Amino acid sequence: MKQHPVSITSRFLAVWYRNWVVYLRTWKVSFLPPFLEPILYIAAFGVGFKLLIPSVKYNGLDLSYVAFIAPALVAVSIMNSSFFETTYSAFVRMYYLKTFDATMSAPVSVDEVTTGEIVWGATRSVIAATIMLAVLGVLDLVRWPYVLLILPLAALGGLGFGAVGMVFTGIVPNIDLFTLPTFLFITPMFLFSGTFFPLDTLPTWARGVAMALPLTHLSNLSREICLGFPGGMSILWSVVYLVVFAAIFFVTAVLVMRRRLVK
Amino acid sequence: MNTIPVIETENIKKVYGDLTAVDGISFRVTKGEMFGLLGPNGAGKTSTIRMLYGFSPMTAGSIRVFGLDISKDWRTIRARIGVCHQENNIDPDLTVRGNLSVFAKYFGMPRKVADERIAEILKFIGLDHRADSQVTELSGGMMRRLILARSLLNNPELIFLDEPTTGLDPQSRHLVWERLAELKKKGVTVLLTTHYMEEAAKLCDRLIIVDHGKILAEGKPKDLVEKHVGRNVIEGSPVCDGLREMVKARGLEYEDLGSRIIIYCRDDAPLFQEINHKFCKDNCILRTATLEDVFLRLTGRDLRE
Repeated sequence: MKQHPVSITSRFLAVWYRNWVVYLRTWKVSFLPPFLEPILYIAAFGVGFKLLIPSVKYNGLDLSYVAFIAPALVAVSIMNSSFFETTYSAFVRMYYLKTFDATMSAPVSVDEVTTGEIVWGATRSVIAATIMLAVLGVLDLVRWPYVLLILPLAALGGLGFGAVGMVFTGIVPNIDLFTLPTFLFITPMFLFSGTFFPLDTLPTWARGVAMALPLTHLSNLSREICLGFPGGMSILWSVVYLVVFAAIFFVTAVLVMRRRLVK
Repeated sequence: MNTIPVIETENIKKVYGDLTAVDGISFRVTKGEMFGLLGPNGAGKTSTIRMLYGFSPMTAGSIRVFGLDISKDWRTIRARIGVCHQENNIDPDLTVRGNLSVFAKYFGMPRKVADERIAEILKFIGLDHRADSQVTELSGGMMRRLILARSLLNNPELIFLDEPTTGLDPQSRHLVWERLAELKKKGVTVLLTTHYMEEAAKLCDRLIIVDHGKILAEGKPKDLVEKHVGRNVIEGSPVCDGLREMVKARGLEYEDLGSRIIIYCRDDAPLFQEINHKFCKDNCILRTATLEDVFLRLTGRDLRE
């Protein structure tokens, strides 16, 4: 089959717009998870763990356990929002609703459909991060105004995890198989990316594994931003990691979605 | 400029693994023509349409639409065409109007132009009273009309209609036919697929019948009937050996379906009288030959799926 050159114009925004219109119709429901999630976690860990873990040392700071995990919860939410949007939701649009087939009878390319979906996934991450920031702000767990940098971080992380989700959407034969990447990729990262305990408590080999995971870098950056950069310039590596991660999976997503949709 | 055909395909092929869906099809459609693409399920109709609007890349051959190369200028071409899909791919998460306004964005239509065009098109297709309904509340027929409306949104010069009237009630079907006639008057070119031969005969200026990815016949509906079937058809039952021998002996064109026989004939009344009285005990009919006879003769009576 002949490969078309990459064809991405601003028309991908029309694909994004479709999802935005649908989101506005259901926002009252979609907005609940990122609003309730941090409250539930903080209630559970803040109250339940308070006696077990009086404080956590992190980059010279002495933090309450809740202050330690709160930024990681934002990172997890950034990951989940885009990943689940470009897997389950996008798969439904592609496979069951045939939305993409209809879209591509208009002057919109397959690459623009892929791009629009991934950018929409990133938008969901930014929305989720915004809502969580509001909650964490009220609970006085973040430092203003640095914390606003969470929003560009959510966009970057959302693009990366949204692209990963899109790659899976391009290859899974049916929707039930999304349980595999969820169990093998999302859940282990949720637990072992420096989210619930500092990485330096781990043995060296385990720390090495954790450093290879994208969520480690996302939660690392989120924590640095929320706490006012106690770690200094070392976070630049995490930024580079996330940019490369997003770029690689974006290109892969474009290629696998072409193979899936162009027949 | 008018001499450039709206669609020109040359020997197009589409191969999926071991399956050759389209096996060297060439045809031309001129401006303002209503062109039929007929064939049994799996004949290669939808594959052909998908190549024509640049959705599927061709395995071989070339397609020019408005004189432009589909593999290079697909975006320009798609801006000037409308596609009415066979499958229902209306967006159930949006209202009737929402479906159209999202689609207008795909064409880059400014908001105001889109709003006016949507009002116009909903009226045209008889859905203006349901503009704010959820799509899930619509009947199957209204859904088909909405897909048709969507394909007309950008004022296309060429529309692909893939079984536009399947599942429509007679009222809706007549409305669709009327609207197609109006579009034709405006000079819009239409490529139509349908399983209703009566519809094809009524609407199409010219048509092709395809099977197994190849063109079996091409021409005006009337000419095709005349050429492949004749003027009249005698259908008789039950079929006795005497009748079989008689049609064989006279060298008539016929099809023996076991309990029923179909005889294609160019002269009519005397043969019919004879068969009716002699063999079929007045259980015989004489009728005008139709495009359906042509279709079944060329593509056979075996089930495809």
